[in-house]
Amino acid sequence: MATSAAVSVSRAGAVLGRAGGGLARGIAIGYLSLIVLVPLSALVWSSRSEGMDTFWQEVTKPQALSALKLTLGVSFLVAAFNALTGTAIAWVLVRDSFPGKGFFNSVIDLPFALPTIVAGLVLLELYGPNSPFGVDVAFQRAGIVLALLFVTLPFVVRAVQPVLLELDREMEEAAESLGARRLAVFRRIVFPNLLPAVLSGVALAFARAVGEFGSVVLISGNIPFKTEVSSVYIAGQIESDNPTGAAAVSVVLLLISLAVLLAIGAFRHWRTRHDR
Amino acid sequence: MRRISLSFLPLLVLAAGIVVGARAATASTTLSLVAYSTPKDAYGKIIPAFQATTAGKNVSFNQSYGASGDQARAVAAGLSADIVALSLEPDVSTLVKKGIVPSNWNQNRYHGMVTDSVVVFVVRDGNPKKIHTWADLAKSGVQVITPNPFTSGGARWNVMAAYGAQRAQGKSDSQAIAYLKRLFKNVSVLPKSAREATQVFASGKGDVLLTYENEAIYANKKGVHTEYVLPKQTILIENPVALTKSGLKHPEAKAFLKFLWSSKAQKLFGDSGYRPVLKSVASSSKYRYKQPKSLFTINSKALGLRGWKSVQYRFFDHSSGIMVKVIGH
Repeated sequence: MATSAAVSVSRAGAVLGRAGGGLARGIAIGYLSLIVLVPLSALVWSSRSEGMDTFWQEVTKPQALSALKLTLGVSFLVAAFNALTGTAIAWVLVRDSFPGKGFFNSVIDLPFALPTIVAGLVLLELYGPNSPFGVDVAFQRAGIVLALLFVTLPFVVRAVQPVLLELDREMEEAAESLGARRLAVFRRIVFPNLLPAVLSGVALAFARAVGEFGSVVLISGNIPFKTEVSSVYIAGQIESDNPTGAAAVSVVLLLISLAVLLAIGAFRHWRTRHDR
Repeated sequence: MRRISLSFLPLLVLAAGIVVGARAATASTTLSLVAYSTPKDAYGKIIPAFQATTAGKNVSFNQSYGASGDQARAVAAGLSADIVALSLEPDVSTLVKKGIVPSNWNQNRYHGMVTDSVVVFVVRDGNPKKIHTWADLAKSGVQVITPNPFTSGGARWNVMAAYGAQRAQGKSDSQAIAYLKRLFKNVSVLPKSAREATQVFASGKGDVLLTYENEAIYANKKGVHTEYVLPKQTILIENPVALTKSGLKHPEAKAFLKFLWSSKAQKLFGDSGYRPVLKSVASSSKYRYKQPKSLFTINSKALGLRGWKSVQYRFFDHSSGIMVKVIGH
């Protein structure tokens, strides 16, 4: 029994590249469809269930547009800021050594583990009207940015870290021995190698920021035309018995995130054209 | 031989356990209670009290708590429920429309309403801004916190209290709407729900929190040290409870619903800050609350309130509702 199972496993492994590849591909695509593509198609479908006119009308309502502008604005800001801080944190974690480094390395992922509503509550207590540090950014746009910075922190760090670890330090040493300054080494050797990873981290952070709800809903204040982000606007449409409007705005958010992810994917493809 | 019998022992215990478990299962009934989040503490005490009665013996409960609108949508989408306890009537109407709750759900002595409350003003210690009337809320320099009536169905009570209070003072419909605009100019935060509004107020934001009396009492119990002002005119909040068609098939579910209006259960609701609907309990000194000079309901036609259906359309319709303009300025 055991032997035959082992044989069949190794046989399966041997054919994985050929016929088994078809099976693996089928499972992967089937799974992806079930978990991602079917729900998203259903969303697109329900957003158009009352016709394109209604879709357009819902998306261009002044309050929806204002929430969308705010969402995109803060998301771009947060993604850009993450590009800098995320890369810097990854750099320190890979290239420096200091006591407690392992601890800090583990802490990076905590924003993923913490329920976002709890994050919002903690941020409100620390950076709200009763802030022990005297910093009050709650119920204004700065509060939204702060909450988004918190939940998107891991993306760029975790994208850049492995690339930095793999980066051949001999290249940098060679450049330095040839007289390149440290800044030039960074600009011409390190940065070009890190850029694709930074960009994919930035794209993920952007997509996450666009859809974020839990951490933002408490600290933003939700005032229409001022501090209401799209996810909160969508929640309001659902409660007001307007699922079509909620779906329509969601589809716009999805399309924007998809465009950003595709653009960055295309850029990476173009960058690595010589490697293929 | 001895070794064999010992090795069988765990299996025997397991088998016996299954038999006993199956017996217990056949003798008992499990009911699903789907409720909004605020009365969770009360049901935590009411359910054991019901289980201690003869009718409630061997009845166990699956309980689910969440935002009222979310809970109604979940049941409408197929979440199994025998008893639904929601924060306002339109959420039950959603289930009536879907054919899940029979349309005669409110044909009883209490019109299907199991708890009452009123809209009140929670103020800072000592009421430093001297807030006593609805007019005080609209004065310049006063910061008001109220949950967003578009993300929280329950928050609509606050809006209708504000509107009705103006009408009760003899103002016209358009004057009352103008008041809503002035009031919402002072609203600096619109939290998603009443509970989040309490958290925002506790964080130090705002001079006055517009909320339900039971939420104000809850906040006090949880150490948010505040006091609340009962305005002279306010709305009577009524929270519905109903059996679904599947619940109606269980005599135990009917017995539980009846128990909710018993003096025992009504006292437990009273302990968690609600106003009991049972007269005999409400009049006992422990649960006797101050009565406002003018207490109106969502059906006070003389004040232009013609029930939730009309109010939902006129004030809270997502595109043409009055509140879309009021909140968006």
